Amino acid sequence: MTRYIIRRILSMIPVLIFISLVTFALAHAVPGGPFDREKPLPAEIKANLNRYYGLDQPLWKQYTDWIGLTRNPSGEYAGVLQFKFGPSYSSRSRTVNDIFRAHLPVSAQLGFWALCIAVGMGVPLGIIAALKQNSFWDYFSMAIAIFGVSVPNIVLGPIFILIFALTLGWFPVAGWGTPAQMVMPAFALGLNSSALIARLTRASMLQVIREDYIRTARAKGLAERVVIIRHALKNAFIPVATILGPMFAALLTGTFVVEQIFAIPGMGKYFITSITNRDYPVVMGTTLLYAVFLVIANLIVDITYAYLDPRIHYE
Amino acid sequence: MAPLLQVRGLTTIFDTQDGVVHAVNGVSFDLNEGETLGVVGESGCGKSVSMLSILRLIPEPPGRIVGGEVLFEGRDLLKLDQNEIRKIRGNKIAMIFQDPMTSLNPVLTIGQQISEALELHLNMTKEEARQRTIELLRLVHIPEAESRVNDYPHQFSGGMRQRVMIAMALSCNPKVLIADEPTTALDVTIQAQIVDLVKELRRELGMAIIWITHDLGIVAGLAHRVQVMYAGYIVERANVHDLYANPRHPYTLGLLRSLPRLDARTREKLTPIEGLPPDLITLPLGCPFYPRCSYRVPRCLDENPALHAVDGQDGHEVACWVDVTQREEIRA
Ligand SMILES: Nc1ncnc2c1ncn2[C@@H]1O[C@H](COP(=O)(O)OP(=O)(O)OP(=O)(O)O)[C@@H](O)[C@H]1O
Ligand SMILES: [Mg+2]
Repeated sequence: MTRYIIRRILSMIPVLIFISLVTFALAHAVPGGPFDREKPLPAEIKANLNRYYGLDQPLWKQYTDWIGLTRNPSGEYAGVLQFKFGPSYSSRSRTVNDIFRAHLPVSAQLGFWALCIAVGMGVPLGIIAALKQNSFWDYFSMAIAIFGVSVPNIVLGPIFILIFALTLGWFPVAGWGTPAQMVMPAFALGLNSSALIARLTRASMLQVIREDYIRTARAKGLAERVVIIRHALKNAFIPVATILGPMFAALLTGTFVVEQIFAIPGMGKYFITSITNRDYPVVMGTTLLYAVFLVIANLIVDITYAYLDPRIHYE
Repeated sequence: MAPLLQVRGLTTIFDTQDGVVHAVNGVSFDLNEGETLGVVGESGCGKSVSMLSILRLIPEPPGRIVGGEVLFEGRDLLKLDQNEIRKIRGNKIAMIFQDPMTSLNPVLTIGQQISEALELHLNMTKEEARQRTIELLRLVHIPEAESRVNDYPHQFSGGMRQRVMIAMALSCNPKVLIADEPTTALDVTIQAQIVDLVKELRRELGMAIIWITHDLGIVAGLAHRVQVMYAGYIVERANVHDLYANPRHPYTLGLLRSLPRLDARTREKLTPIEGLPPDLITLPLGCPFYPRCSYRVPRCLDENPALHAVDGQDGHEVACWVDVTQREEIRA
């Protein structure tokens, strides 16, 4: 197992190199540059800025500078490899690292709670729906699931604000920091995924409870509760675990809309504005970071897999 | 002495989209202490459903037990509440199934799966249950039982898994073991080993066995009595010798004829029974075997014969209007 994990981590390197190349290429392929303004800057100033940030260098050199393989214009190795993601062109007083430090934890927190809601609601709903197939609870859970899948969070957010903040006054309209402020955004973000999980859990559970080994468990005289919890759940959860990795990454990166609606100072907002500003270091740093999250999340899922299903063996 | 298990008029149906499937139609039989009863019949004739109904293990819905009694230790199992029937399952009456590849939970170890019954029914501690599990694995001749107890089902071969199933079923010393085609999914040499194992365990533990199969060959060497099922009915029942030497139901005759015999002097042609079993949704008024029967008389079309004693043979019963020993077969 340890050897498998090491191998998997090693195999991430080419993936991340590839992603860094593509991000770099795409960021620079977008027409326009960071210092293009509606009222153009004087050519001299622009040239100075370009020189200062190394944008006058050949592209390959800009790339290796960013990665940290070559000395940047200030004569240091200060790139991704040194965990330095460079300066931000638009908020000049801060480096990309500063921005990450300030805003990433907010998005991560939002994503984490959304995932908790997704799993905490989706799994039980799916199980109830499967166990009480074609009953009120089944239809109820699946109605919630269909609602959750079909209503995007850009609609859900304002609905929540309207009902729970403005009408009922249970939660503050917007902002971030107190637990009460986290509730609505986390639900707005997580409901979609919880619906997805509920449907997957239901399908998987329905299949598992028809398996022969469930009949064997019942034939042993086990109580229905034990049959479900001990014999069915773990098996039913295996396919659900598969989507948790990409889902977490999606929740983390998909926070933009929700952050906008609820005025949350997270990473998503910065990411989008940095694209329109051609703030290359922020764009590339964020993309690369999310790529790392995704690969790691998938590795964790694969390890969980081996834990859930003893038939899976990693050599 | 009263029989250990008395089944009376057991009737089970399934509500399906196409209609009501009459899977078991008034099945009655006795099982005596220490006896092995064979149940044979073609696929779909209700062998599994009738036995699952005894322990109320058929899926409800779509299944429903609509009639009959199952008397065991003075109580009707069909009237017990969920808690009480669970105390019977796996404890007094245990069951093993056809496919050992799918009947064990892939994510739990063999040890976990065997000991949970011990902890439940015999109130053993974890450690006691573990020790007993190892003993049970030795009892069914699984080598290196101490270490294999921690293995998962996929680490065992099909035959070994069926041994595990048997160990699990016998863990609480049941009075009755119901074996639903436990050898069908195994290859021939393994089949023989499993049958030998069951015979050995029967000698040591003395439980009564209901052995379901569609292989008359296996049942010949194992059962004391055999009952033949067709379309949810029992059509013939006799002790094993009488059934083979003196079959009375045309269906039994057909089954025996389709069985290859090693002792046959001439190479007789095997004749499978022609035709298909009836649709269990629209059962005929008369004998369900009528369309395939080569002894049929007009009466069979209107009245379904009940199981009745065969003259001069103790315990031999048949459900047929015709005495097949007295009549010529109609050749098509
Ligand atoms: N869940 C179910 N829903 C509908 N019909 C069912 C269900 N289970 C069994 N049946 C029907 O009940 C009848 C008897 O089935 P059963 O499983 O008892 O046959 P069997 O004699 O055990 O056959 P086999 O040798 O194939 O195991 C079959 O015709 C089958 O179609
Ligand atoms: Mg069967």
